[in-house]
Amino acid sequence: MSWIERQRSFLDFTLSALLRRKWKNVSLLLVYTFTVFLISSVIFFTNGLRYEAETILQDAPEMIVQRTMAGRQALVPLHYAKEIKKIRGVRQVKPRLWGYYYHPAAQANYTLMVRDDYANGEDTVEVGAGVQRTWGTIRGDHLYFRTFDGEALELRIIKTFTSSSELVTSDLIIMSEETFRRLTGIPKGFATDMAVTIRNSRESQTIAEKVSLSLPETRCILKEEILRTYTALFDWRGGYTIVLLVGAFLAFMIFAWDKATGLSAEERLEIGILKGVGWDTSDILMIKFWEGCVISLTAFLLGVSAAFIHTFMASAPLFEHALKGWATLYPAFQLNPNVDAYQLAVLFTLTVLPYSFVCLIPAWKWASSDPAVVMKQG
Amino acid sequence: MRKSTPYLIFITVNSLILFFFLLVYPLLVAKTHNNRITEEKKLVKALGITDLCLFTEARYARHPSQSDLHAAFQDHPMALEHFPSGSLVAPPDRFKDFEP
Repeated sequence: MSWIERQRSFLDFTLSALLRRKWKNVSLLLVYTFTVFLISSVIFFTNGLRYEAETILQDAPEMIVQRTMAGRQALVPLHYAKEIKKIRGVRQVKPRLWGYYYHPAAQANYTLMVRDDYANGEDTVEVGAGVQRTWGTIRGDHLYFRTFDGEALELRIIKTFTSSSELVTSDLIIMSEETFRRLTGIPKGFATDMAVTIRNSRESQTIAEKVSLSLPETRCILKEEILRTYTALFDWRGGYTIVLLVGAFLAFMIFAWDKATGLSAEERLEIGILKGVGWDTSDILMIKFWEGCVISLTAFLLGVSAAFIHTFMASAPLFEHALKGWATLYPAFQLNPNVDAYQLAVLFTLTVLPYSFVCLIPAWKWASSDPAVVMKQG
Repeated sequence: MRKSTPYLIFITVNSLILFFFLLVYPLLVAKTHNNRITEEKKLVKALGITDLCLFTEARYARHPSQSDLHAAFQDHPMALEHFPSGSLVAPPDRFKDFEP
């Protein structure tokens, strides 16, 4: 009998044994598939978000200069721009005007931003798709605001950003400088922070140190730090990922531990009979190995496929609540379906291999004992 | 029919589906995603955007890269984090070595 034919016969026998305990094994397969699905979804989702952040934020400002007062961010006087511009290596300093607007009807925070070249007039705004979706008092294409001093302000939506860009624009409300100052009360001569463009990005650290020396109450945030924030946030060792992964891994460990600690009386009896009719210990171990493989490989294929559909085709609805928290505004976005061989190898190593080998431990213990004793105890 | 035959067919079909998802589907949607990313990058550049719009419930969660050193204690000195996303968003790396 060829090696392949021998292995197929083992597989036939294993499948018959699994089908004899059909409902137990089906429920085992369902739990296993769900665990693989959860772990894979977390890995796909966080890697997808990290990829988006690293790609999209490549064009973020090279340096942001904030002013701090009593440990909090304060408005930056516009004349700071001249001081920063004097530093060698600085190409351009652009004051940024942005802030938040809490809308009680929607119970949501929106991000207000000013665009320098905004040319649509003072009574208009450009909004993200999330704003249109959640703004409670929307009438036609008009938004009603309350200014800092309690006045009503009506602004017309002149443009809505495409829903495909929601990952960066969902809660944005873009307006002219005059409208922003009228709404927020930020006086002329002040900005929220400064965006600095640097000639040679390798000098950014030195320039940040010079800014801090020249303007001691400022804090510089480099683009590398912005990117590092997102890498850390979606790194598997911390932040969002670890919270989700710990639960899934614990479930898997309990599940594997239960399997490793013993066989049922029926399974022990089966091993005893097989030994009694002349099977080798290695044959019994081979059957148990195939049993582990059948369950874990099936769960892996189904779980990973389901996780792919959930994450990249259905916009990961299971994680929506975790990301949303108490917020009412959540962007609708589709992640770029990038799964590399490394991620897949990690998933395979974490889910298929441990279970396949864990199945061997109790089987080896009983298969190496005297068949009469095994049958008596079984 | 041997029991292993339908099982092997099932595994092969599933492997092909997974192969399609991992290698073919990304190519089919590559153009859409590239266009989206190009559009988003343009907006990031034009508007000077620093953060993704993921957690909108609090300002330091909406813009984690711009948050200040006292974000978790912003209400009063003993106030701990109370927004759900605050338990998921780790502080930026640059704060980890911070010594007051």
